[in-house]
This record gives sequence, C-alpha cells and structure tokens, in this order.
Amino acid sequence: MIALSDYLLFGAVLFMISMAGIFLNRKNVIVLLMSIELLLLAVNTNLVAFSHYLNDVTGQIFVFFILTVAAAEAAIGLAIIVLVFRNRKSINVDDLDSLKG
Amino acid sequence: MSFEQFIFYVLAAIAIISGLMMITVKNPVKAALWLVLAFISTAGLWIMAQAEFLGLVLILVYVGAVMVLFLFVVMMLDINMAILKEGFTRYLPIGALAAIAIFALMYMVVGPEHFGLDKIAAPAAKPADYSNTTEIAIPLYTEHAYAFILAAVLLLVGIVAAIALTLRRRPSGTVLYQNIEKQNRTEKSERLEMVKMDAVVEQPAAEDKEEEKK
Repeated sequence: MIALSDYLLFGAVLFMISMAGIFLNRKNVIVLLMSIELLLLAVNTNLVAFSHYLNDVTGQIFVFFILTVAAAEAAIGLAIIVLVFRNRKSINVDDLDSLKG
Repeated sequence: MSFEQFIFYVLAAIAIISGLMMITVKNPVKAALWLVLAFISTAGLWIMAQAEFLGLVLILVYVGAVMVLFLFVVMMLDINMAILKEGFTRYLPIGALAAIAIFALMYMVVGPEHFGLDKIAAPAAKPADYSNTTEIAIPLYTEHAYAFILAAVLLLVGIVAAIALTLRRRPSGTVLYQNIEKQNRTEKSERLEMVKMDAVVEQPAAEDKEEEKK
C-alpha cells in the first residue's frame, strides 16, 4: 500500500525542484513562471493526498479553486511578459530596472 | 513491492526527472514540454489517489490550455538564450543547498515517522459505482456556491485584464477606428446639408418630333 508520507514527500521534492528552478533561472521570466506552476502543482498534490487519506472531499475542492486562480495568474503573467517584451525588446530580469529598486 | 507501489514510484520518478529537466534545459520550448510531462505523470498520481476528476482537469486545463498558452508566448518572443543562461552555474550551489536543506527539514516533518502507514492507515477502496465527480460537485454547488461564482468572476477579470494589457492602440491616422459614442451623439446638422439649386426642366420636345417623322 502507498503511505500518505509517500505523497507528501513527492510533493516536497517537486516543491524543492521548482524552488531551485527559481534560484537557477533568475534571468528568464518564462521559466520563472513555469517554476511557479510546478510549485502550485506540488502544493495541490499535498491537498489531494490529504483529501484521500482523511476521506474529506474539501481538499479536492480547494485544489479546484487553486487551479482556477493559477490559470488566471498564468494568463495575466504571460500578458505582462508580452507587454514587457514589446516595450523593452528583452525579458531579461536584469534589464527591468527602471524603478531602480 | 506491490504493483500499485510500482506504478506510484514510476510516475513519481517521471515527474521528478521531468521537473529537473525543466529547470536545467536551455530552450524554453523544451522546458515547457518537460513541464507537460511532469503535469501528466502527476495527474496519474492524483488519479491513483482517487481524485479522478481533478486528474483529468489537470490534463485538460493545464496541458491543453495553460501550457499551450506558454508555448504560444515562447514562440512569439524572440529570446536570446545565451544571455538568459548566464550565471546559471553561479547560482547552482546556493540553489541546490537551499533545496536540500529545506527538503531535509520537510522530511523530518512529513516523513514516514509522522505520516507513515502505521500512523495514518490507507483508506478502504471505494465501491465500483463511486463517482468522484458527484462527490466534488455536491459541496461545490451547495456549500461553496459563493466561492464558485467568485472563481467565475475571477476568470472573467483575468480575460479582461489579459486583453486590456495586450491590446495595442495604433497612433491615429494610420488606422481608422469606429467611435461609437461620437456616432450616437451626432445630429442632423452634422450629416445633412441643404443645397439650393435651380430646377432642371425636362424637354420632351425632341422625342415627339422623331415620332412624328415615323
């Protein structure tokens, strides 16, 4: 039988991979967005696993709403990337320093 | 190792390897395709946890819509990969170190010691006529109906925001736009001009003469 800890550890590994991805691809905004998608997937896996093992469907409803929010976030994020590329001809994060932050 | 465990570990290994490939490949198109593979194998894991509806939604919505959107955007942008991959090795040690350290902490919290089979037993298998979709739908439309409507509004706002952000207004003169407000506000005096001119009198005399000759 598969233990709950297997699902949780799988989610933790995915989470760590995507976190390392954010560290490594600090210049490429598109891969950063993809890493965030993978991060949300890892969290959703935890919710699905708990929902299964605790026999409570609320976890799956939570995942449903997270998927909705993530889809909207990806659409707007990509729209912003297109806009930035149109105005600055680059999506390198280092070039986006107009605010001098 | 049972067959179920074997499937679980194969799917988990595919998802993890494709996640690693996603963050390391140079080409963002390949990264998107590796992410698709990670999504599909994770959907398999969700289906193994008897969340069939969400597993299929993950494939349809994520692989079918969101990742295709990513691929469209990657193809639209002309990206110089060499510059974007600069500093990859510089951040590799710190990234790997942070990942491993946090994973070690997480292992202590969610590892088999606290969430093993002896702590939380696997639930009994559902009967053959069990429907995961019905199980989700009933609380979704009753208890969480308000949140459901809110999610719909959120998606609408997402559509409006994405279109409003990327809509390009060309400078006037190059393209003609329809100004509906101005059209509605228009009055008779702007469109209609009364011109005085002399009346033209028709002269049917020539025609009559020709008929007389015949």
